[in-house]
Amino acid sequence: MRAFSLLRVALVTTIATLGCQSGGAPSGGAPSGGGSGDAPATFGFGQDATPAQIAALDIDVRPDGTGAPPGSGSVEEGGRVFAAKCAVCHGATGKEGPNDVLVGRDPREGFPFGATRGFRRTVGNYWPYATTLFDYINRTMPMTAPGSLTADEVYATAAYILYLNEIIPEDAVMNAQTLPAVMMPARDRFVPDNRTGGPEIR
Amino acid sequence: MQEYTPTPCGDPMRERKLCNFTGLTAVTRTPENPMGNLSRRAMLGATGGLIAGGLLKTQADAITLDETTATSIGALPTGAPQPSAPQEAPQDPTKVIGRFTSDLGERAPGEQPRRIINRPSPSSSSRTPLQDLRGIITPADLHFERHHAGIPAIDPERYELLIHGMVDRPMTFSLSDLKRYPATSRLCFVECSGNGGAAYRTNAAREVTPQQIDGLTSTSEWTGVPLSTLLREVGAHEDATWLLAEGGDAALMARSVPMEKAWDDAMIGYGQNGEAIRPEQGYPARLVLPGWEGNAQVKWIRRIEISDQPFMTRDETSKYTDPLADGTARQFSLVMDAKSTITFPSYPNVLPETGWWEIRGLAWSGRGKITRVDVSTDGGDTWEPAELQEPVLSKCHTRFRHLWNWDGGEALLMSRAVDETGYVQPALKTLIDARGEGTSYHYNSIRPWKVESDGRVFFGQAEAQ
Repeated sequence: MRAFSLLRVALVTTIATLGCQSGGAPSGGAPSGGGSGDAPATFGFGQDATPAQIAALDIDVRPDGTGAPPGSGSVEEGGRVFAAKCAVCHGATGKEGPNDVLVGRDPREGFPFGATRGFRRTVGNYWPYATTLFDYINRTMPMTAPGSLTADEVYATAAYILYLNEIIPEDAVMNAQTLPAVMMPARDRFVPDNRTGGPEIR
Repeated sequence: MQEYTPTPCGDPMRERKLCNFTGLTAVTRTPENPMGNLSRRAMLGATGGLIAGGLLKTQADAITLDETTATSIGALPTGAPQPSAPQEAPQDPTKVIGRFTSDLGERAPGEQPRRIINRPSPSSSSRTPLQDLRGIITPADLHFERHHAGIPAIDPERYELLIHGMVDRPMTFSLSDLKRYPATSRLCFVECSGNGGAAYRTNAAREVTPQQIDGLTSTSEWTGVPLSTLLREVGAHEDATWLLAEGGDAALMARSVPMEKAWDDAMIGYGQNGEAIRPEQGYPARLVLPGWEGNAQVKWIRRIEISDQPFMTRDETSKYTDPLADGTARQFSLVMDAKSTITFPSYPNVLPETGWWEIRGLAWSGRGKITRVDVSTDGGDTWEPAELQEPVLSKCHTRFRHLWNWDGGEALLMSRAVDETGYVQPALKTLIDARGEGTSYHYNSIRPWKVESDGRVFFGQAEAQ
């Protein structure tokens, strides 16, 4: 009996020592035995991210222009990029496909995309934010060489697509200030989800 | 007990589909045998057609065991072939020693369910064979796929998840860091919000399978670290309202997610059905948002940015928004409403005889548990509650079954899911009235299946008006 008690003490001591060596819980609260206990608020796993690490990945551009990088592009420059790198999938004027149709304002009045199946959704008649063009092109276009365009080329391509959709004039230049200021035709059509569960079908 | 082998109907395509279907119907339930026990004779009958001309010569035939082999697991006489590959079924399996253990299992030769690939393209999908599933789990290699720039190959040793933005300490987490955190597991479905588009029209095609209509939903046991744990680790600010989840694929798939969900039941998942997440499901780690549309559950997740506004990425503006008949478009429609579909009988099944058949299907809701599934065999005039198979889990596929005595007349089968919020899966007309026929995504209307008097089954949307 006495031998058993001694053995128990020895085991507890060993476990406690191991617990200390592994660092334990930084915020305290764990029992001294290092076994089970309340979870700490933080564990200390993972590494601090450096500003350079964040900058390398933080590419998103928001509707208010946050994240839009330096650079600029004209409609004319965008036409050249589009012809060289975009038209093969989206058509010479952005209307021909075979992939997503980018250009088109029909119908000029209303927003009938829920009511009927008759209209293709394009940048011009459906996209609510011009900044999304930069964000998306910069992320993943062109499909065969994603992420290969310079900021100037992305601004220019966005400018050209907005021009084809009759949203900006031919002499417009897109940059971190002008792009977020573009008011898209469908800007006010988007509403939050109002489905809540329960008996009502929405 | 009644047994049958599929009756050739002169259509080789249908005959082949029937063959795939023998596992389910080799035995018919009858009043005398309600359990429908599968007899030894029935099992042999199902495979007997494969064996022609007497004794089969298989690899096993060539094996002779000696004392050494019998007492030494895994050892074989030098030169003897290892009988681990699937074998054709012998006339009498009790008279031939079976194949040995193997380091990776395989499906039975006659059970080879497959996804259906939409098109060979970097931005494509494949669909789960719902009609071939038995319980609620989707085998990981049959989980539906949807990706927008192919499946990336990611080195797990170099993988990092960055969390930054409105946090006290921007941090990166390696895969081993993520795995060291206290883990959690839960079963839940993942469904593409575009699932069921083929059913959202009154003139829907008749010759479509459950897989073709609704195969963009799957259920797995997901294992990972609660996102709330990581949010505490980085000190996410209390006034943050949105996060951006960004994938490490060539699409850099990006979606905004409300912080409320992130703190609630979101998970950074690295396990799927007991193993590492499959590459096509987001290896080495993905966002899991139980009950929400699949696109927001960003796969191959590499970055989370905490913010106080949504980011308005393409896939929450141009795509994955629901235009409505009133001239607006619903945005951030992230929760999947309650839905069910009958997976048997369905196209291209043929009921070969009248009598007892078990209607089987799946039901699920992104808002919680399924509380009831009603089944109708008369096009919705009358409904009866189906049996729900335990466990019935929140935001998870739920198996339902309903025993039906078919009298040989035309029948229009329907299922109608009800969830714990009291939501009742609507008829197609109800949904079109609420949203308009041009809307997109979240096509959760009732799925009708028409049984003809000759036993053939078709998708019955056109007949359900």
